[in-house]
Amino acid sequence: MSTSTAHQPSTLDRLANLGRTLISPRGAVFLLLIVLLVMIAILNPSFAEPGQFIRFIQRVAPIAIVAIGQYFVIVGGEFDLSMGSVVTAQVVIAGNLIGQDDAMIVPVTIFMFVFGALVGLVNGLIVSFLRVPSFIVTLGMMLALLGGVLYWTGGAATGNPADAFREIGRGGIRDLPVIDILPWSVVVLAVVLALAVWFARRPFGRTIIALGDNATTVRYAGARNWWVKTSTFIISSLSATVAGILLVGYAGVHPSVGRGYEFTAITAVVLGGVVLGGGRGWVVAAAAGAFALEALFTLLNFAGVPSTYRDAVQGLIIILAVAYAATTVRARRRGRALETPAAASPTGTIPPEAAPVDQTSPAPPVAKEPDPNPVSARPAPIPSTQRADNETKGGS
Amino acid sequence: MSSTTATRPAPTRRPRRLDSSLIVGIALIAVIVIGAILVASVGRNFFSAGNIRDILTGMSVLGFVAIGQTLVILCASLDLSVPYVVSLSSLIAADLMAGNPANIPVAVLAVIVVAAAIGLVNGLIVTKLKVNGFIATLGTGLIIKGYLDSNYKGTSGEVPWEFQLLGATGVGPVPVSTILMLVVAILGAFFLARTRTGNHMFAVGGNEQVARLSGIRTARPIIVAHVLCSVTAAFAGLLLASRLGVGSPTVGTQGGYDLLSIAAVVLGGTLLMGGRGSIWGTIGGVAIFAVVDNVMSVMQVNPFLKDVVRGVVIVAAVAVYTSRRLDRRRPRFGPGSAASEPPSANPPTAAEAGPAAASENPDRSEAKA
Repeated sequence: MSTSTAHQPSTLDRLANLGRTLISPRGAVFLLLIVLLVMIAILNPSFAEPGQFIRFIQRVAPIAIVAIGQYFVIVGGEFDLSMGSVVTAQVVIAGNLIGQDDAMIVPVTIFMFVFGALVGLVNGLIVSFLRVPSFIVTLGMMLALLGGVLYWTGGAATGNPADAFREIGRGGIRDLPVIDILPWSVVVLAVVLALAVWFARRPFGRTIIALGDNATTVRYAGARNWWVKTSTFIISSLSATVAGILLVGYAGVHPSVGRGYEFTAITAVVLGGVVLGGGRGWVVAAAAGAFALEALFTLLNFAGVPSTYRDAVQGLIIILAVAYAATTVRARRRGRALETPAAASPTGTIPPEAAPVDQTSPAPPVAKEPDPNPVSARPAPIPSTQRADNETKGGS
Repeated sequence: MSSTTATRPAPTRRPRRLDSSLIVGIALIAVIVIGAILVASVGRNFFSAGNIRDILTGMSVLGFVAIGQTLVILCASLDLSVPYVVSLSSLIAADLMAGNPANIPVAVLAVIVVAAAIGLVNGLIVTKLKVNGFIATLGTGLIIKGYLDSNYKGTSGEVPWEFQLLGATGVGPVPVSTILMLVVAILGAFFLARTRTGNHMFAVGGNEQVARLSGIRTARPIIVAHVLCSVTAAFAGLLLASRLGVGSPTVGTQGGYDLLSIAAVVLGGTLLMGGRGSIWGTIGGVAIFAVVDNVMSVMQVNPFLKDVVRGVVIVAAVAVYTSRRLDRRRPRFGPGSAASEPPSANPPTAAEAGPAAASENPDRSEAKA
């Protein structure tokens, strides 16, 4: 934001750029989110009250956190299908190990994080060194973890962790002026999101995006691919752990908690304009994807649509969103000459958070070269644009 | 490593081609031997007619789904909508038959038409709207799920006894359903090996850009693969309907056919990236699953532990294949490029860097002069 004032573009320009960003696949999710929220507010005006809205954020927090973790895996070019099982496993662990004993909270929480990191480490190491597609590795991990947890608990997870622990997902800072209560979930989500944004802008975070774009280049650039890849799986499992801790308080202990989270998270990430196969996307957009998805469900609720149609609408929306992004990318490639001035002018006005996205997109090289020489401008984008059309899966 | 170097000096190409199916076969035999020993250790006979029938029955439904999934994965796509297509097919079949044998042909035809339409939609979304297969089929799957959940509260319809015989009878120890599955597998293998579209599937899956530049209409094989995948999933649904006697809206999701069929395909040596694989490998992968499941059932393993074993078997088996397959893939892309990146990504950048470096140097020498 501060860079935009340095350039001093006119307000109209800035609005036009903002509009362009909102229409572009990268910003479409924010537009979708705003439209959905406005529609909810129209249908149910009380939703717009701060107290209600903060409750909404609290409800989204676990999904958004899982989506943030999944973002790093997907942008690195892989899949993590085991997240839902990790959430379930952590919920059951918390339920069984903490019990009603307040003294157990800290050691068990530490154990849960270690366990989460271990799951991610195993996933990452198998993907990196045994060269098994991540789809298969995490699928196996999903089956094994869920089966193991159910075997351990005999199929019916019981146990109710101490109230102090459940407070993390349930309670919050009370007696605040405007919003009445600030749930801990919202605080945790804000911290996780801030960490994720910071991390994505660090050299290591950019290496993850580069790895998803072109692994060979990253290796030639001197990165330890195996560690970068493994760390993405550790991040995703840790984020699933955090989501699990929140869900213990919010939803209680049950083996069905967390089921289907992996696909919800992937849906949210893709809705946020992150390209499956890696190399493109912004972590905030991924989190916004989770918000848009939950807002969609809330809207359907308020609109009186039977809950059974939720899935159908969700399916339709993700197909349309991805189709929109894909066809826009294609159109942009065809009309590159038209796009160039648009891509060149806003480089200074793009908010700094968007920088990691642009790092890998073809815009900067084109922008630096005002001379429209198609011979030299053409080859550079190929490594990344080709993936968008071609790449269908993150396995490798 | 050592085994690949051993096969390399082989004078003909044929051994290499059979390689991936051969490994699946070896793995299957190994699983059978280990399974037979384990089963014998609890005092049962693995090779009894009843047990073999159980294994073959267990193969048939997943086999149908996996055959179609093989075609889709060969095209570098995925189909996650199969479990819902399976459920929907079983419901349509049971509802239309309504216990009357005269309705069987109509019901079967209707099921196939509906499934083909779903596959067509999948294929069109993937090729025309350029939506990644994972998302497209996840979406259509959710749409079908929404339809199923809204319109069916539980099992529905009734399958006449004549149609139930399909799932119940057998020739000796071999169930009819498995024979049908194998016939479909033969047709699928023939389709891949002998027809133009089948060959194009390998080309499109291997590298869509190259296929397009070679004059292949890349959309057609992908659409055909999706249609055939949905149709084979419909066969699986018909078979399940004949076994259950009713249609069920949850039969597909309970079986977990989406992920299990993908696992079976990959277990069978088909590359998840597309372009390489075979139907017979997939059948081998399905057989491995069936044998492992059967051994665990006979040994009365805790059902939750079964999932753990399944997960470990999937990862371990695929790890064995992939370490070999990448060795064989490597020479195509030049030394050292272990990652399966688009190979065309390197030459253009190199070509771009070349002239740029060349043009920079004269400038510098001029400046010095």
